[in-house]
Amino acid sequence: MNTVITSVGKLFSSTAAPSQGQNILNNALQLIGIPMMGIAVFLLLWGTAAQNIDTSLGKFPGPAAVYEQFGSLYNEHIAEREKAAAFYERQEERNAKRVAQDPTYEPRIRKYTGKETFLDQIFTSLLTVMSGFFLAAFLAIPLGIAIGLSKTLNTAVNPIIQIFRPVSPLAWLPLVTMVVSALYVSPDPMVAKSFLNSLITVTLCCIWPMVINTSVGVASIDNDLVNVSRVIRLPALKHVQKIVLPASVPAIFTGMRLSLGVAWMVLIAAEMLAQNPGLGKFVWDEFQNGSSESLSRIMAAVVVIGFIGFLLDRTMLQVQRWASWDKSSASR
Amino acid sequence: MKHLGSSLKRFKKNGIAKIAACVASVGLAFAGNQTLAEELGWPEKEELKFGFIKLTDMAPIAIAYENGYFEDEGLYVTIEAQANWKVLLNGVIDGSLDGAHMLAGQPIAATMGFGTQAHIITPFSMDLNGNGITVSNEIWEQMKPNIPKMDDGRPVHPIKADALKPVVEKYQADGKPFNMGMVFPVSTHNYELRYWLAAGGIHPGYYAPHKGDTSGQIDADALLSVTPPPQMPATLEAGTIYGYCVGEPWNQQAVFKGIGVPVITDYEIWKNNPEKVFGITAEFAEKYPNTTIRLTRALIRAAKWLDENNNANRPAAVKILSQSNYVGADYDVIANSMTGTFEYEKGDKREVPDFNVFFRYNATYPYYSDAIWYLTQMRRWGQISETKPDSWYVDMAKKVYRPDIYSKAAQSLIDEGLMDAKDFPDFETETGFKPPQKEFIDDIVYDGTKPNDYINSFNIGLKKGDVL
Repeated sequence: MNTVITSVGKLFSSTAAPSQGQNILNNALQLIGIPMMGIAVFLLLWGTAAQNIDTSLGKFPGPAAVYEQFGSLYNEHIAEREKAAAFYERQEERNAKRVAQDPTYEPRIRKYTGKETFLDQIFTSLLTVMSGFFLAAFLAIPLGIAIGLSKTLNTAVNPIIQIFRPVSPLAWLPLVTMVVSALYVSPDPMVAKSFLNSLITVTLCCIWPMVINTSVGVASIDNDLVNVSRVIRLPALKHVQKIVLPASVPAIFTGMRLSLGVAWMVLIAAEMLAQNPGLGKFVWDEFQNGSSESLSRIMAAVVVIGFIGFLLDRTMLQVQRWASWDKSSASR
Repeated sequence: MKHLGSSLKRFKKNGIAKIAACVASVGLAFAGNQTLAEELGWPEKEELKFGFIKLTDMAPIAIAYENGYFEDEGLYVTIEAQANWKVLLNGVIDGSLDGAHMLAGQPIAATMGFGTQAHIITPFSMDLNGNGITVSNEIWEQMKPNIPKMDDGRPVHPIKADALKPVVEKYQADGKPFNMGMVFPVSTHNYELRYWLAAGGIHPGYYAPHKGDTSGQIDADALLSVTPPPQMPATLEAGTIYGYCVGEPWNQQAVFKGIGVPVITDYEIWKNNPEKVFGITAEFAEKYPNTTIRLTRALIRAAKWLDENNNANRPAAVKILSQSNYVGADYDVIANSMTGTFEYEKGDKREVPDFNVFFRYNATYPYYSDAIWYLTQMRRWGQISETKPDSWYVDMAKKVYRPDIYSKAAQSLIDEGLMDAKDFPDFETETGFKPPQKEFIDDIVYDGTKPNDYINSFNIGLKKGDVL
């Protein structure tokens, strides 16, 4: 617990401007002490509230129960890894035996068939969200630039964007699922259908903030810059490369940061509904299991989801700062 | 390769003296393999994915995996929980699942074209019994005065739906719909709940698929609707339904949570009724015949293990099932029914040794008469909208239930000495029809060879010639 708090503290302190020597102690108190106090009060409130909520699955889990679950989730992960090692060993033995009997057989090592642990599911979720996000960025930024440059295109596309932007992932999901299973047929698929379903849903939902921010950024470039480009007669592509892109970088990154937040939220919902592997599925499975530990395991997942969301946002902020010339935009 | 290398090293170390012995043993292994290869080849498809719904009767799949029976057959199986029966069926049809734990009615309905059309077959029947009907505490309190008591004050079981009838009538008089949950339109649970209600004079409603009505609520006293098994307790608690019919552990879960009371088990509605089956597409069985036989072998071994030595392995099985990737409910909840007891009201725990049967009484053999019983119920409630000749029922059963595959798998297990011939029906003489069965709650006798006569024998239900 303490390590978590200090690392949270560190994250906070890194965002603050460095100050003069004599204030360091004061600052440390401000930056570490106060958030710590906030967390302590929150834990206390949570603990007392939890004790007073009786569900049909027992008491609502307090901080201690959740902390305990982290331990057992980790132990499960280790146990599963051991099972996996035994699985591979058995497989090699079996392959060797079969080759001895049937020399034409080409032995292959198959992936472990056991369950995905909590840690595996965190990793799957991260991979899905990043893939969906990058796919969205890949589509959204060129589209946003085009819309920003051309008033006509903007007028044409704007109504469509405005209509699709507020659509919840849950509405897209059935359509995506059906389309993917109709179009993505291959005997030996490279990626699982479920992965593709979540990825496309994430893309569909997080593409809009990027498109809008990019187009607004591009449309509001300083007229002087555009005039310079005109005067020196830059060809269209050079104009985009030398003037438009650098000028709209802050806006693009603001859009990306918003999108990543949306993507993470959407992903959990999509995984939950479509039973695609990941943290959302973990939560749903535990809900369905209805065991006496289910609630504390779900709560553990909630904490992890929140923490990862926070880390993603901070990472994006750092990237934004590093890539952008307009330092003030980062704090928006 | 590593093993080959190390055995080579050992060769050198031990010298020529051992070579003769080694050659002999390799020769033996080779000979053993040849007899096996003649009867049963290597699996054509080695990596398989099976789906299941979180119910204790998925146990044969979990055990075949955990005990390594699938691996013994050279099959690398991934087992995945599915959200509901429709998702599971679609998965098998579109090929994202190779096979699945299915409701007995699902392969039949799919082959017939009620719901999604696809030719699904079953080489293996997964279990007998295992379901229960639970009502909410509020309904139970109103039913209780209508139920005779034993000397110690506990209600006499089995409880008939006669005790529920006045309650339903009261709701009807008040203009309130009496809602109940079942897990799927062609589920065992739907037919069992309907059977129980109708036996007590409560009309559960007709289907009329030819008119596009698949809600099954025409003329109904009690309105039945679909809820996925794991959500049953939560839906009951929310008050959306007053009772449900579902497999374990979701009846015992209601007792543990204190939100409802199981009133009857399906064992008491029809003694040793067939429950789940293992479903695969006909295409899969045709394309991968060896794989099909091998997975059937693994499942037969798992079922045997589950019932061995008078249920001695059940506690170990419960421990496996309580893992979060299988059923995931608490050990105690699952153990209640799996280890031969059933808790009705809190504290009223009774012996039901055959509540879950996985192997004894030839539970795993896919009997045509079992398939025909489901077909008769589909006709009774209008899912089959027109009268069909007896021969149609038999043909349909033979199209879906495949004892030929089962017999091959079982015979190879017997030949290898892994099983005993006395564990199985005599494959030479078995017709696939059980003798007329008498142990139903309403004492109506079921003879699988005469489906139309059976359909005509019910008070409530469509009869010969009836069309809605």
